[in-house]
Amino acid sequence: MTWVLDHLGLLAELTGTHVYLSLVPLVLGLVLAVPLGWLASRSRFARATLLSVSSLLYTIPSLALIVILPGILGTRIIDPLNVIIPLTIYTVALLVRSIADALSSVPANVVAAATAIGYRPLRRFLGVEFPLAVPVIVAGLRVAAVSNISLVSVGALIGISGYGALFTDGFPIGFMTEVVVGVLATLVLALVVDAALLLIGRLLTPWTRAGR
Amino acid sequence: MIEFQAVTKRFDDGTVAVDELNLSVDPGRITVFVGPSGCGKTTSLRMVNRMIDASSGTILVDGKDIRQSDPPLLRRGIGYVIQQAGLFPHRTVLDNVATVPLLSGWDRRKARSRAAELLEIVGLPSELGKRYPAQLSGGQQQRVGVARALAVDPPVLLMDEPFSAVDPVVREGLQDELLRLQDELDKTIVFVTHDIDEAIKLGDKVAVFRTGGKLAQYDKPSELLARPADDFVASFVGRDRGYRALGFLSADGLPVGELASVVLGTPVDQARAALRQGWAVVVDERKHPVGWVSADRLSTVDGLVTEDVLLSGGSLYDVDSGSLRSALDSALSSPSALGVAVDGTGALVGSVTADEVLRALASARDAGEVPQ
Repeated sequence: MTWVLDHLGLLAELTGTHVYLSLVPLVLGLVLAVPLGWLASRSRFARATLLSVSSLLYTIPSLALIVILPGILGTRIIDPLNVIIPLTIYTVALLVRSIADALSSVPANVVAAATAIGYRPLRRFLGVEFPLAVPVIVAGLRVAAVSNISLVSVGALIGISGYGALFTDGFPIGFMTEVVVGVLATLVLALVVDAALLLIGRLLTPWTRAGR
Repeated sequence: MIEFQAVTKRFDDGTVAVDELNLSVDPGRITVFVGPSGCGKTTSLRMVNRMIDASSGTILVDGKDIRQSDPPLLRRGIGYVIQQAGLFPHRTVLDNVATVPLLSGWDRRKARSRAAELLEIVGLPSELGKRYPAQLSGGQQQRVGVARALAVDPPVLLMDEPFSAVDPVVREGLQDELLRLQDELDKTIVFVTHDIDEAIKLGDKVAVFRTGGKLAQYDKPSELLARPADDFVASFVGRDRGYRALGFLSADGLPVGELASVVLGTPVDQARAALRQGWAVVVDERKHPVGWVSADRLSTVDGLVTEDVLLSGGSLYDVDSGSLRSALDSALSSPSALGVAVDGTGALVGSVTADEVLRALASARDAGEVPQ
Protein backbone atom coordinates (compact mmCIF):
# COMPACT_ATOMS: atom_id res chain seq x y z
CA MET A 1 0.00 0.00 0.00
CA THR A 2 2.77 2.42 0.90
CA TRP A 3 4.40 1.47 -2.38
CA VAL A 4 1.28 2.62 -4.22
CA LEU A 5 1.16 5.92 -2.32
CA ASP A 6 4.84 6.52 -3.01
CA HIS A 7 4.40 5.91 -6.72
CA LEU A 8 1.13 7.72 -7.50
CA GLY A 9 2.88 9.85 -10.12
CA LEU A 10 4.19 6.78 -11.92
CA LEU A 11 0.80 5.04 -11.75
CA ALA A 12 -0.98 8.06 -13.19
CA GLU A 13 1.49 8.21 -16.06
CA LEU A 14 1.15 4.48 -16.76
CA THR A 15 -2.65 4.76 -16.65
CA GLY A 16 -2.54 7.56 -19.22
CA THR A 17 -0.34 5.52 -21.54
CA HIS A 18 -2.39 2.37 -21.06
CA VAL A 19 -5.67 4.13 -21.85
CA TYR A 20 -4.15 5.81 -24.89
CA LEU A 21 -2.62 2.59 -26.22
CA SER A 22 -5.82 0.59 -25.82
CA LEU A 23 -8.52 3.08 -26.83
CA VAL A 24 -6.87 4.63 -29.89
CA PRO A 25 -6.80 1.18 -31.57
CA LEU A 26 -10.42 0.66 -30.51
CA VAL A 27 -11.54 3.83 -32.31
CA LEU A 28 -9.35 3.18 -35.37
CA GLY A 29 -10.53 -0.43 -35.48
CA LEU A 30 -14.19 0.65 -35.35
CA VAL A 31 -13.70 3.14 -38.17
CA LEU A 32 -12.07 0.45 -40.34
CA ALA A 33 -14.48 -2.34 -39.37
CA VAL A 34 -17.68 -0.46 -40.27
CA PRO A 35 -17.09 -0.41 -44.04
CA LEU A 36 -15.67 -3.94 -43.95
CA GLY A 37 -18.64 -5.20 -41.93
CA TRP A 38 -21.00 -3.45 -44.32
CA LEU A 39 -19.29 -5.19 -47.24
CA ALA A 40 -19.54 -8.54 -45.45
CA SER A 41 -23.28 -8.01 -44.86
CA ARG A 42 -23.86 -7.29 -48.54
CA SER A 43 -22.54 -10.41 -50.28
CA ARG A 44 -22.00 -13.99 -49.28
CA PHE A 45 -18.61 -14.09 -50.96
CA ALA A 46 -17.36 -10.96 -49.18
CA ARG A 47 -18.69 -12.32 -45.91
CA ALA A 48 -16.90 -15.67 -46.24
CA THR A 49 -13.62 -14.00 -47.25
CA LEU A 50 -13.62 -11.22 -44.68
CA LEU A 51 -14.67 -13.41 -41.79
CA SER A 52 -12.04 -16.09 -42.45
CA VAL A 53 -9.30 -13.50 -42.88
CA SER A 54 -10.28 -11.76 -39.66
CA SER A 55 -10.43 -15.03 -37.69
CA LEU A 56 -7.00 -15.86 -39.04
CA LEU A 57 -5.62 -12.46 -37.97
CA TYR A 58 -6.95 -12.96 -34.48
CA THR A 59 -5.10 -16.25 -34.11
CA ILE A 60 -1.65 -14.65 -34.61
CA PRO A 61 -0.07 -14.58 -31.14
CA SER A 62 0.12 -11.00 -29.88
CA LEU A 63 3.69 -11.34 -28.71
CA ALA A 64 4.81 -12.53 -32.14
CA LEU A 65 2.92 -9.75 -33.90
CA ILE A 66 4.30 -7.05 -31.62
CA VAL A 67 7.86 -8.28 -31.97
CA ILE A 68 7.79 -8.87 -35.73
CA LEU A 69 5.80 -5.84 -36.86
CA PRO A 70 8.48 -3.13 -36.30
CA GLY A 71 10.73 -5.05 -38.70
CA ILE A 72 8.01 -5.17 -41.34
CA LEU A 73 6.83 -1.58 -40.89
CA GLY A 74 10.28 -0.11 -40.39
CA THR A 75 9.18 1.74 -37.25
CA ARG A 76 11.66 2.47 -34.49
CA ILE A 77 11.77 -0.02 -31.68
CA ILE A 78 9.90 1.98 -29.02
CA ASP A 79 7.42 3.71 -31.32
CA PRO A 80 3.85 3.47 -29.85
CA LEU A 81 2.67 2.51 -33.34
CA ASN A 82 4.23 -0.88 -32.65
CA VAL A 83 1.41 -1.49 -30.19
CA ILE A 84 -1.32 0.61 -31.79
CA ILE A 85 -1.17 -1.16 -35.14
CA PRO A 86 -1.41 -4.76 -33.86
CA LEU A 87 -4.23 -3.86 -31.48
CA THR A 88 -6.08 -2.09 -34.31
CA ILE A 89 -5.76 -5.30 -36.33
CA TYR A 90 -7.20 -7.34 -33.44
CA THR A 91 -10.04 -4.85 -33.00
CA VAL A 92 -10.93 -5.02 -36.68
CA ALA A 93 -10.77 -8.81 -36.55
CA LEU A 94 -13.24 -8.86 -33.64
CA LEU A 95 -15.59 -6.16 -34.91
CA VAL A 96 -16.02 -7.17 -38.55
CA ARG A 97 -18.10 -10.16 -37.53
CA SER A 98 -20.20 -8.18 -35.00
CA ILE A 99 -20.89 -5.43 -37.49
CA ALA A 100 -21.72 -7.83 -40.32
CA ASP A 101 -24.11 -9.77 -38.08
CA ALA A 102 -25.63 -6.58 -36.67
CA LEU A 103 -26.32 -5.18 -40.14
CA SER A 104 -27.74 -8.47 -41.42
CA SER A 105 -30.13 -8.59 -38.48
CA VAL A 106 -31.80 -5.27 -39.37
CA PRO A 107 -35.36 -6.32 -40.41
CA ALA A 108 -35.62 -6.55 -44.20
CA ASN A 109 -39.03 -4.86 -44.33
CA VAL A 110 -37.65 -1.84 -42.45
CA VAL A 111 -34.83 -1.48 -44.99
CA ALA A 112 -37.30 -1.99 -47.86
CA ALA A 113 -39.62 0.64 -46.36
CA ALA A 114 -36.71 3.09 -46.12
CA THR A 115 -35.86 2.52 -49.78
CA ALA A 116 -39.50 2.73 -50.83
CA ILE A 117 -40.05 6.12 -49.23
CA GLY A 118 -37.04 7.60 -50.97
CA TYR A 119 -33.82 7.11 -48.98
CA ARG A 120 -30.62 7.04 -50.99
CA PRO A 121 -28.25 4.20 -50.01
CA LEU A 122 -25.67 6.19 -47.99
CA ARG A 123 -28.26 8.16 -46.04
CA ARG A 124 -30.24 4.98 -45.45
CA PHE A 125 -27.11 3.34 -44.01
CA LEU A 126 -26.35 6.25 -41.69
CA GLY A 127 -29.95 6.98 -40.73
CA VAL A 128 -31.54 3.54 -40.52
CA GLU A 129 -29.27 0.52 -40.78
CA PHE A 130 -26.34 1.71 -38.65
CA PRO A 131 -28.45 3.04 -35.74
CA LEU A 132 -30.38 -0.22 -35.65
CA ALA A 133 -27.10 -2.15 -35.53
CA VAL A 134 -25.75 -0.13 -32.58
CA PRO A 135 -26.79 -2.54 -29.77
CA VAL A 136 -24.90 -5.46 -31.32
CA ILE A 137 -21.94 -3.27 -32.30
CA VAL A 138 -21.62 -1.97 -28.73
CA ALA A 139 -21.55 -5.57 -27.47
CA GLY A 140 -18.67 -6.26 -29.88
CA LEU A 141 -16.87 -3.05 -28.84
CA ARG A 142 -17.01 -4.07 -25.18
CA VAL A 143 -15.28 -7.37 -25.93
CA ALA A 144 -12.67 -5.61 -28.08
CA ALA A 145 -12.03 -2.93 -25.44
CA VAL A 146 -11.39 -5.44 -22.67
CA SER A 147 -9.23 -7.52 -24.98
CA ASN A 148 -7.15 -4.46 -25.91
CA ILE A 149 -6.69 -3.37 -22.31
CA SER A 150 -5.32 -6.76 -21.45
CA LEU A 151 -3.11 -7.01 -24.56
CA VAL A 152 -1.46 -3.59 -24.12
CA SER A 153 0.64 -5.05 -21.30
CA VAL A 154 2.53 -7.15 -23.82
CA GLY A 155 3.94 -3.90 -25.20
CA ALA A 156 6.13 -3.62 -22.12
CA LEU A 157 8.31 -6.37 -23.56
CA ILE A 158 9.39 -4.04 -26.33
CA GLY A 159 9.67 -1.09 -23.99
CA ILE A 160 6.32 0.56 -24.56
CA SER A 161 4.99 0.96 -21.10
CA GLY A 162 1.47 0.76 -19.84
CA TYR A 163 0.73 -1.25 -16.74
CA GLY A 164 2.88 -3.93 -18.35
CA ALA A 165 5.91 -2.01 -17.10
CA LEU A 166 4.90 -3.00 -13.56
CA PHE A 167 5.22 -6.68 -14.52
CA THR A 168 8.54 -6.32 -16.34
CA ASP A 169 9.96 -4.29 -13.45
CA GLY A 170 8.57 -6.29 -10.56
CA PHE A 171 8.78 -9.87 -11.75
CA PRO A 172 12.56 -10.28 -12.40
CA ILE A 173 13.47 -8.91 -8.95
CA GLY A 174 10.72 -10.91 -7.18
CA PHE A 175 8.86 -7.75 -6.03
CA MET A 176 5.33 -9.13 -6.07
CA THR A 177 3.58 -5.96 -4.81
CA GLU A 178 4.33 -4.24 -8.07
CA VAL A 179 3.01 -7.20 -10.09
CA VAL A 180 -0.20 -7.40 -8.06
CA VAL A 181 -0.77 -3.65 -8.41
CA GLY A 182 -0.33 -4.05 -12.17
CA VAL A 183 -2.90 -6.85 -12.33
CA LEU A 184 -5.43 -4.92 -10.19
CA ALA A 185 -4.95 -1.70 -12.15
CA THR A 186 -5.56 -3.54 -15.45
CA LEU A 187 -8.69 -5.13 -14.03
CA VAL A 188 -10.10 -1.84 -12.71
CA LEU A 189 -9.40 -0.05 -15.98
CA ALA A 190 -11.14 -2.83 -17.94
CA LEU A 191 -14.22 -2.59 -15.70
CA VAL A 192 -14.36 1.21 -15.95
CA VAL A 193 -14.07 1.25 -19.75
CA ASP A 194 -16.62 -1.57 -20.06
CA ALA A 195 -19.09 0.34 -17.88
CA ALA A 196 -18.51 3.52 -19.89
CA LEU A 197 -19.23 1.71 -23.18
CA LEU A 198 -22.34 0.13 -21.69
CA LEU A 199 -23.55 3.56 -20.63
CA ILE A 200 -22.82 5.14 -24.02
CA GLY A 201 -24.68 2.27 -25.68
CA ARG A 202 -27.72 2.84 -23.50
CA LEU A 203 -27.72 6.58 -24.17
CA LEU A 204 -27.61 5.91 -27.92
CA THR A 205 -30.48 3.39 -27.91
CA PRO A 206 -33.38 4.60 -25.76
CA TRP A 207 -35.75 2.75 -28.11
CA THR A 208 -34.50 -0.70 -27.04
CA ARG A 209 -35.88 -0.15 -23.54
CA ALA A 210 -39.26 1.31 -24.48
CA GLY A 211 -41.72 -1.11 -22.93
CA ARG A 212 -45.39 -1.27 -23.77
CA MET B 1 -52.87 8.21 -63.68
CA ILE B 2 -50.83 5.00 -63.68
CA GLU B 3 -50.51 3.17 -66.96
CA PHE B 4 -48.89 -0.22 -67.57
CA GLN B 5 -48.05 -0.70 -71.25
CA ALA B 6 -46.97 -4.23 -72.23
CA VAL B 7 -44.97 -4.51 -69.01
CA THR B 8 -43.00 -7.72 -68.48
CA LYS B 9 -40.72 -8.62 -65.60
CA ARG B 10 -38.37 -11.54 -66.05
CA PHE B 11 -36.06 -12.27 -63.12
CA ASP B 12 -32.42 -13.34 -63.54
CA ASP B 13 -33.30 -17.00 -62.97
CA GLY B 14 -35.68 -16.85 -65.93
CA THR B 15 -39.01 -16.86 -64.07
CA VAL B 16 -41.55 -14.50 -65.55
CA ALA B 17 -43.20 -12.63 -62.69
CA VAL B 18 -45.32 -10.30 -64.82
CA ASP B 19 -46.26 -11.14 -68.40
CA GLU B 20 -47.26 -8.40 -70.86
CA LEU B 21 -49.36 -6.39 -68.41
CA ASN B 22 -51.59 -3.76 -69.93
CA LEU B 23 -53.65 -1.90 -67.38
CA SER B 24 -54.67 1.62 -66.62
CA VAL B 25 -55.35 2.70 -63.04
CA ASP B 26 -58.13 5.27 -62.67
CA PRO B 27 -57.15 8.51 -60.94
CA GLY B 28 -58.70 9.18 -57.54
CA ARG B 29 -59.87 5.57 -57.17
CA ILE B 30 -58.83 2.46 -55.29
CA THR B 31 -57.53 -0.25 -57.61
CA VAL B 32 -56.85 -3.62 -56.01
CA PHE B 33 -54.38 -6.18 -57.38
CA VAL B 34 -55.41 -9.61 -56.13
CA GLY B 35 -54.33 -13.17 -56.84
CA PRO B 36 -52.62 -16.26 -55.43
CA SER B 37 -48.94 -16.17 -54.39
CA GLY B 38 -46.57 -15.95 -57.31
CA CYS B 39 -49.07 -14.17 -59.55
CA GLY B 40 -46.97 -11.02 -59.91
CA LYS B 41 -49.28 -8.63 -58.05
CA THR B 42 -46.59 -7.39 -55.66
CA THR B 43 -43.97 -7.23 -58.42
CA SER B 44 -46.38 -5.13 -60.48
CA LEU B 45 -46.89 -2.75 -57.55
CA ARG B 46 -43.17 -2.45 -56.87
CA MET B 47 -42.44 -1.60 -60.47
CA VAL B 48 -44.48 1.59 -60.12
CA ASN B 49 -41.95 3.22 -57.77
CA ARG B 50 -38.99 1.36 -59.30
CA MET B 51 -38.30 -0.82 -56.29
CA ILE B 52 -38.15 -3.35 -59.13
CA ASP B 53 -37.39 -2.30 -62.69
CA ALA B 54 -39.45 -3.75 -65.53
CA SER B 55 -37.62 -5.92 -68.08
CA SER B 56 -39.64 -4.47 -70.93
CA GLY B 57 -42.64 -2.26 -71.50
CA THR B 58 -43.43 1.18 -70.16
CA ILE B 59 -45.02 2.47 -66.97
CA LEU B 60 -46.40 5.97 -66.97
CA VAL B 61 -47.23 7.86 -63.77
CA ASP B 62 -49.15 11.04 -64.45
CA GLY B 63 -48.24 10.74 -68.13
CA LYS B 64 -44.51 10.55 -67.46
CA ASP B 65 -42.31 7.52 -68.17
CA ILE B 66 -40.92 6.52 -64.77
CA ARG B 67 -37.61 5.44 -66.32
CA GLN B 68 -36.81 9.13 -66.74
CA SER B 69 -37.08 9.81 -63.00
CA ASP B 70 -34.37 9.44 -60.40
CA PRO B 71 -35.73 6.55 -58.26
CA PRO B 72 -35.36 8.19 -54.80
CA LEU B 73 -37.07 11.36 -56.02
CA LEU B 74 -39.81 9.36 -57.75
CA ARG B 75 -40.40 7.38 -54.52
CA ARG B 76 -40.68 10.49 -52.34
CA GLY B 77 -43.59 11.60 -54.52
CA ILE B 78 -45.42 8.26 -54.20
CA GLY B 79 -46.74 7.14 -50.82
CA TYR B 80 -45.81 3.56 -49.90
CA VAL B 81 -47.29 1.40 -47.16
CA ILE B 82 -45.47 -1.89 -46.65
CA GLN B 83 -46.47 -5.19 -45.01
CA GLN B 84 -46.30 -5.05 -41.19
CA ALA B 85 -45.90 -1.25 -41.45
CA GLY B 86 -42.07 -1.38 -41.63
CA LEU B 87 -41.74 1.48 -39.15
CA PHE B 88 -38.28 2.56 -37.98
CA PRO B 89 -37.97 1.01 -34.50
CA HIS B 90 -35.38 3.56 -33.36
CA ARG B 91 -37.49 6.63 -34.12
CA THR B 92 -40.53 7.92 -32.30
CA VAL B 93 -43.89 7.71 -34.02
CA LEU B 94 -43.77 11.42 -34.80
CA ASP B 95 -40.28 11.17 -36.33
CA ASN B 96 -41.35 8.14 -38.36
CA VAL B 97 -44.15 10.17 -39.92
CA ALA B 98 -41.86 13.18 -40.44
CA THR B 99 -39.31 11.09 -42.38
CA VAL B 100 -40.37 11.88 -45.95
CA PRO B 101 -40.83 15.65 -45.34
CA LEU B 102 -37.31 15.72 -43.84
CA LEU B 103 -35.89 13.76 -46.78
CA SER B 104 -37.59 16.24 -49.08
CA GLY B 105 -35.80 19.09 -47.36
CA TRP B 106 -38.48 20.54 -45.08
CA ASP B 107 -37.20 22.14 -41.89
CA ARG B 108 -37.61 20.10 -38.73
CA ARG B 109 -40.36 22.19 -37.15
CA LYS B 110 -42.56 22.19 -40.21
CA ALA B 111 -42.03 18.44 -40.69
CA ARG B 112 -42.97 17.73 -37.06
CA SER B 113 -46.11 19.84 -37.17
CA ARG B 114 -47.18 18.15 -40.42
CA ALA B 115 -46.56 14.77 -38.75
CA ALA B 116 -48.75 15.74 -35.79
CA GLU B 117 -51.50 16.78 -38.19
CA LEU B 118 -51.30 13.39 -39.94
CA LEU B 119 -51.61 11.42 -36.70
CA GLU B 120 -54.88 13.22 -36.20
CA ILE B 121 -56.02 12.49 -39.76
CA VAL B 122 -55.45 8.74 -39.34
CA GLY B 123 -57.22 8.83 -35.97
CA LEU B 124 -54.35 8.43 -33.51
CA PRO B 125 -54.17 10.44 -30.26
CA SER B 126 -51.32 12.98 -30.34
CA GLU B 127 -49.66 11.60 -27.18
CA LEU B 128 -48.71 8.47 -29.17
CA GLY B 129 -46.31 10.69 -31.15
CA LYS B 130 -43.66 10.47 -28.44
CA ARG B 131 -43.74 6.66 -28.25
CA TYR B 132 -41.62 4.15 -30.12
CA PRO B 133 -43.28 1.76 -32.60
CA ALA B 134 -42.75 -1.25 -30.30
CA GLN B 135 -45.08 0.41 -27.79
CA LEU B 136 -48.00 0.42 -30.24
CA SER B 137 -50.51 -2.29 -31.15
CA GLY B 138 -50.38 -3.82 -34.63
CA GLY B 139 -53.37 -1.78 -35.76
CA GLN B 140 -51.86 1.45 -34.45
CA GLN B 141 -48.55 0.69 -36.17
CA GLN B 142 -50.39 0.17 -39.43
CA ARG B 143 -52.09 3.57 -39.08
CA VAL B 144 -48.70 5.18 -38.47
CA GLY B 145 -47.53 3.45 -41.67
CA VAL B 146 -50.40 5.07 -43.56
CA ALA B 147 -49.68 8.46 -41.96
CA ARG B 148 -46.02 8.19 -42.98
CA ALA B 149 -47.02 7.43 -46.56
CA LEU B 150 -49.34 10.47 -46.67
CA ALA B 151 -46.85 12.91 -45.17
CA VAL B 152 -46.03 15.00 -48.23
CA ASP B 153 -49.56 14.58 -49.61
CA PRO B 154 -48.59 12.44 -52.63
CA PRO B 155 -51.31 11.96 -55.27
CA VAL B 156 -50.51 8.23 -55.54
CA LEU B 157 -50.47 5.71 -52.72
CA LEU B 158 -49.10 2.16 -53.10
CA MET B 159 -50.21 -0.31 -50.43
CA ASP B 160 -48.49 -3.71 -50.32
CA GLU B 161 -50.65 -6.15 -48.31
CA PRO B 162 -50.78 -3.56 -45.55
CA PHE B 163 -53.39 -5.24 -43.36
CA SER B 164 -52.33 -8.88 -43.73
CA ALA B 165 -50.58 -9.14 -40.37
CA VAL B 166 -53.37 -7.89 -38.09
CA ASP B 167 -56.28 -9.89 -36.69
CA PRO B 168 -59.60 -9.94 -38.59
CA VAL B 169 -61.43 -7.51 -36.31
CA VAL B 170 -58.67 -4.91 -36.43
CA ARG B 171 -58.32 -5.49 -40.17
CA GLU B 172 -61.96 -4.67 -40.73
CA GLY B 173 -61.56 -1.46 -38.72
CA LEU B 174 -58.50 -0.47 -40.77
CA GLN B 175 -60.38 -1.18 -44.03
CA ASP B 176 -63.29 1.03 -42.96
CA GLU B 177 -60.80 3.70 -41.93
CA LEU B 178 -59.11 3.56 -45.32
CA LEU B 179 -62.44 3.99 -47.11
CA ARG B 180 -63.28 6.95 -44.87
CA LEU B 181 -59.87 8.54 -45.51
CA GLN B 182 -60.22 7.98 -49.24
CA ASP B 183 -63.58 9.77 -49.16
CA GLU B 184 -61.75 12.86 -47.93
CA LEU B 185 -58.45 12.55 -49.77
CA ASP B 186 -59.29 11.16 -53.24
CA LYS B 187 -55.89 9.56 -53.75
CA THR B 188 -55.03 7.22 -56.58
CA ILE B 189 -54.50 4.05 -54.57
CA VAL B 190 -53.07 0.74 -55.75
CA PHE B 191 -53.67 -1.90 -53.10
CA VAL B 192 -52.22 -5.43 -53.18
CA THR B 193 -53.85 -8.29 -51.30
CA HIS B 194 -54.32 -12.06 -51.56
CA ASP B 195 -57.71 -11.75 -49.84
CA ILE B 196 -60.55 -11.55 -52.38
CA ASP B 197 -63.01 -10.30 -49.75
CA GLU B 198 -60.69 -7.40 -48.96
CA ALA B 199 -60.35 -6.71 -52.70
CA ILE B 200 -64.11 -6.64 -53.21
CA LYS B 201 -64.70 -4.48 -50.17
CA LEU B 202 -62.06 -1.86 -50.96
CA GLY B 203 -61.71 -1.81 -54.72
CA ASP B 204 -63.44 0.56 -57.09
CA LYS B 205 -61.82 -1.76 -59.59
CA VAL B 206 -60.15 -5.12 -59.04
CA ALA B 207 -57.41 -6.71 -61.15
CA VAL B 208 -57.29 -10.50 -60.70
CA PHE B 209 -53.87 -11.99 -61.52
CA ARG B 210 -53.19 -15.66 -62.18
CA THR B 211 -50.00 -17.58 -61.50
CA GLY B 212 -47.37 -16.75 -64.12
CA GLY B 213 -48.05 -13.02 -63.98
CA LYS B 214 -51.00 -12.83 -66.34
CA LEU B 215 -53.92 -10.49 -65.79
CA ALA B 216 -57.06 -12.66 -65.72
CA GLN B 217 -59.72 -9.97 -65.33
CA TYR B 218 -59.87 -6.26 -64.59
CA ASP B 219 -63.31 -5.05 -63.63
CA LYS B 220 -65.59 -3.50 -61.06
CA PRO B 221 -66.14 -5.87 -58.10
CA SER B 222 -69.83 -6.32 -58.93
CA GLU B 223 -68.91 -7.41 -62.49
CA LEU B 224 -66.27 -9.76 -61.14
CA LEU B 225 -68.85 -11.49 -58.98
CA ALA B 226 -71.59 -11.50 -61.61
CA ARG B 227 -69.50 -12.28 -64.67
CA PRO B 228 -66.15 -13.92 -63.94
CA ALA B 229 -64.13 -14.08 -67.17
CA ASP B 230 -63.21 -17.73 -66.80
CA ASP B 231 -63.11 -20.70 -64.42
CA PHE B 232 -59.97 -19.44 -62.71
CA VAL B 233 -61.58 -16.14 -61.76
CA ALA B 234 -64.83 -17.88 -60.78
CA SER B 235 -63.01 -20.25 -58.44
CA PHE B 236 -60.75 -17.50 -57.08
CA VAL B 237 -63.69 -15.24 -56.38
CA GLY B 238 -64.97 -18.21 -54.43
CA ARG B 239 -68.16 -19.74 -53.15
CA ASP B 240 -71.13 -17.59 -52.17
CA ARG B 241 -70.41 -15.18 -55.00
CA GLY B 242 -74.11 -15.04 -55.89
CA TYR B 243 -74.85 -14.11 -52.31
CA ARG B 244 -71.97 -11.63 -52.13
CA ALA B 245 -73.12 -10.00 -55.36
CA LEU B 246 -76.24 -8.91 -53.47
CA GLY B 247 -73.92 -6.54 -51.61
CA PHE B 248 -73.78 -4.36 -54.73
CA LEU B 249 -77.57 -4.08 -55.15
CA SER B 250 -79.24 -1.20 -53.41
CA ALA B 251 -82.12 -2.09 -51.11
CA ASP B 252 -83.99 1.09 -51.99
CA GLY B 253 -87.70 0.29 -52.29
CA LEU B 254 -87.50 -2.84 -50.18
CA PRO B 255 -90.73 -2.77 -48.13
CA VAL B 256 -90.19 -2.41 -44.41
CA GLY B 257 -92.93 -4.04 -42.35
CA GLU B 258 -94.17 -3.30 -38.87
CA LEU B 259 -92.49 -5.01 -35.99
CA ALA B 260 -93.73 -5.59 -32.46
CA SER B 261 -91.36 -3.97 -29.96
CA VAL B 262 -91.14 -3.57 -26.22
CA VAL B 263 -88.88 -1.30 -24.20
CA LEU B 264 -86.37 -2.88 -21.83
CA GLY B 265 -87.86 -2.82 -18.31
CA THR B 266 -91.49 -3.34 -19.40
CA PRO B 267 -93.47 -5.70 -17.10
CA VAL B 268 -93.49 -9.24 -18.52
CA ASP B 269 -97.33 -9.46 -18.80
CA GLN B 270 -97.46 -6.28 -20.90
CA ALA B 271 -94.66 -7.66 -23.08
CA ARG B 272 -96.64 -10.91 -23.59
CA ALA B 273 -99.58 -8.85 -24.84
CA ALA B 274 -97.36 -7.01 -27.30
CA LEU B 275 -95.99 -10.13 -29.05
CA ARG B 276 -96.90 -10.66 -32.65
CA GLN B 277 -96.76 -14.25 -33.91
CA GLY B 278 -94.95 -15.09 -30.69
CA TRP B 279 -92.09 -12.56 -31.09
CA ALA B 280 -91.16 -8.98 -30.20
CA VAL B 281 -87.92 -7.08 -30.52
CA VAL B 282 -86.66 -5.36 -27.36
CA VAL B 283 -85.26 -1.82 -27.57
CA ASP B 284 -83.46 0.43 -25.12
CA GLU B 285 -84.57 3.98 -24.25
CA ARG B 286 -82.94 5.34 -27.47
CA LYS B 287 -84.99 2.81 -29.51
CA HIS B 288 -81.82 0.82 -30.37
CA PRO B 289 -82.59 -2.94 -30.69
CA VAL B 290 -80.91 -4.99 -27.96
CA GLY B 291 -82.45 -8.47 -28.53
CA TRP B 292 -85.65 -10.50 -28.86
CA VAL B 293 -88.28 -12.00 -26.55
CA SER B 294 -90.49 -14.93 -27.55
CA ALA B 295 -93.68 -16.39 -26.06
CA ASP B 296 -91.65 -19.42 -25.01
CA ARG B 297 -89.09 -17.36 -23.22
CA LEU B 298 -91.60 -15.12 -21.45
CA SER B 299 -93.70 -18.04 -20.22
CA THR B 300 -90.99 -18.96 -17.71
CA VAL B 301 -90.30 -15.53 -16.14
CA ASP B 302 -92.08 -12.94 -13.97
CA GLY B 303 -91.48 -9.29 -13.19
CA LEU B 304 -89.79 -7.05 -15.73
CA VAL B 305 -88.18 -7.67 -19.13
CA THR B 306 -84.48 -7.48 -18.27
CA GLU B 307 -81.38 -8.20 -20.33
CA ASP B 308 -81.26 -11.68 -18.78
CA VAL B 309 -84.37 -12.88 -20.60
CA LEU B 310 -83.32 -11.64 -24.06
CA LEU B 311 -82.47 -13.87 -27.01
CA SER B 312 -79.57 -12.30 -28.89
CA GLY B 313 -80.47 -10.76 -32.22
CA GLY B 314 -78.98 -11.15 -35.69
CA SER B 315 -77.31 -8.57 -37.88
CA LEU B 316 -79.03 -5.23 -38.41
CA TYR B 317 -80.12 -3.81 -41.75
CA ASP B 318 -79.58 -0.07 -42.16
CA VAL B 319 -82.40 1.30 -44.37
CA ASP B 320 -80.37 4.40 -45.29
CA SER B 321 -77.27 2.68 -46.65
CA GLY B 322 -77.89 -1.08 -46.63
CA SER B 323 -77.68 -3.43 -49.60
CA LEU B 324 -79.91 -6.39 -50.42
CA ARG B 325 -77.15 -8.53 -48.92
CA SER B 326 -77.36 -6.89 -45.51
CA ALA B 327 -81.19 -7.01 -45.65
CA LEU B 328 -81.16 -10.73 -46.47
CA ASP B 329 -78.53 -11.45 -43.84
CA SER B 330 -80.54 -9.65 -41.17
CA ALA B 331 -83.54 -11.89 -41.93
CA LEU B 332 -81.48 -15.11 -42.10
CA SER B 333 -79.63 -14.40 -38.85
CA SER B 334 -82.65 -13.32 -36.82
CA PRO B 335 -84.10 -15.86 -34.34
CA SER B 336 -87.64 -14.86 -35.48
CA ALA B 337 -86.80 -14.94 -39.22
CA LEU B 338 -87.69 -11.23 -39.29
CA GLY B 339 -84.76 -8.97 -40.14
CA VAL B 340 -84.47 -5.89 -37.93
CA ALA B 341 -84.29 -2.65 -39.90
CA VAL B 342 -82.76 0.44 -38.30
CA ASP B 343 -82.15 3.99 -39.51
CA GLY B 344 -78.81 5.74 -39.77
CA THR B 345 -78.80 6.51 -36.04
CA GLY B 346 -79.38 2.87 -35.14
CA ALA B 347 -83.01 3.34 -34.04
CA LEU B 348 -85.58 0.64 -34.85
CA VAL B 349 -87.61 1.21 -38.03
CA GLY B 350 -89.32 -2.12 -38.76
CA SER B 351 -88.77 -5.57 -40.23
CA VAL B 352 -87.72 -7.18 -43.51
CA THR B 353 -88.20 -10.79 -44.61
CA ALA B 354 -86.17 -13.04 -46.88
CA ASP B 355 -89.17 -13.41 -49.22
CA GLU B 356 -89.31 -9.66 -49.76
CA VAL B 357 -85.57 -9.49 -50.45
CA LEU B 358 -85.92 -12.20 -53.11
CA ARG B 359 -88.88 -10.40 -54.65
CA ALA B 360 -86.83 -7.17 -54.74
CA LEU B 361 -84.03 -9.12 -56.42
CA ALA B 362 -86.44 -10.44 -59.04
CA SER B 363 -87.74 -6.98 -59.86
CA ALA B 364 -84.17 -5.59 -60.01
CA ARG B 365 -83.41 -8.37 -62.50
CA ASP B 366 -86.47 -7.47 -64.55
CA ALA B 367 -85.41 -3.83 -64.54
CA GLY B 368 -81.99 -4.85 -65.88
CA GLU B 369 -80.10 -3.68 -62.80
CA VAL B 370 -78.51 -7.08 -62.24
CA PRO B 371 -75.53 -7.78 -64.50
CA GLN B 372 -76.17 -10.90 -66.59
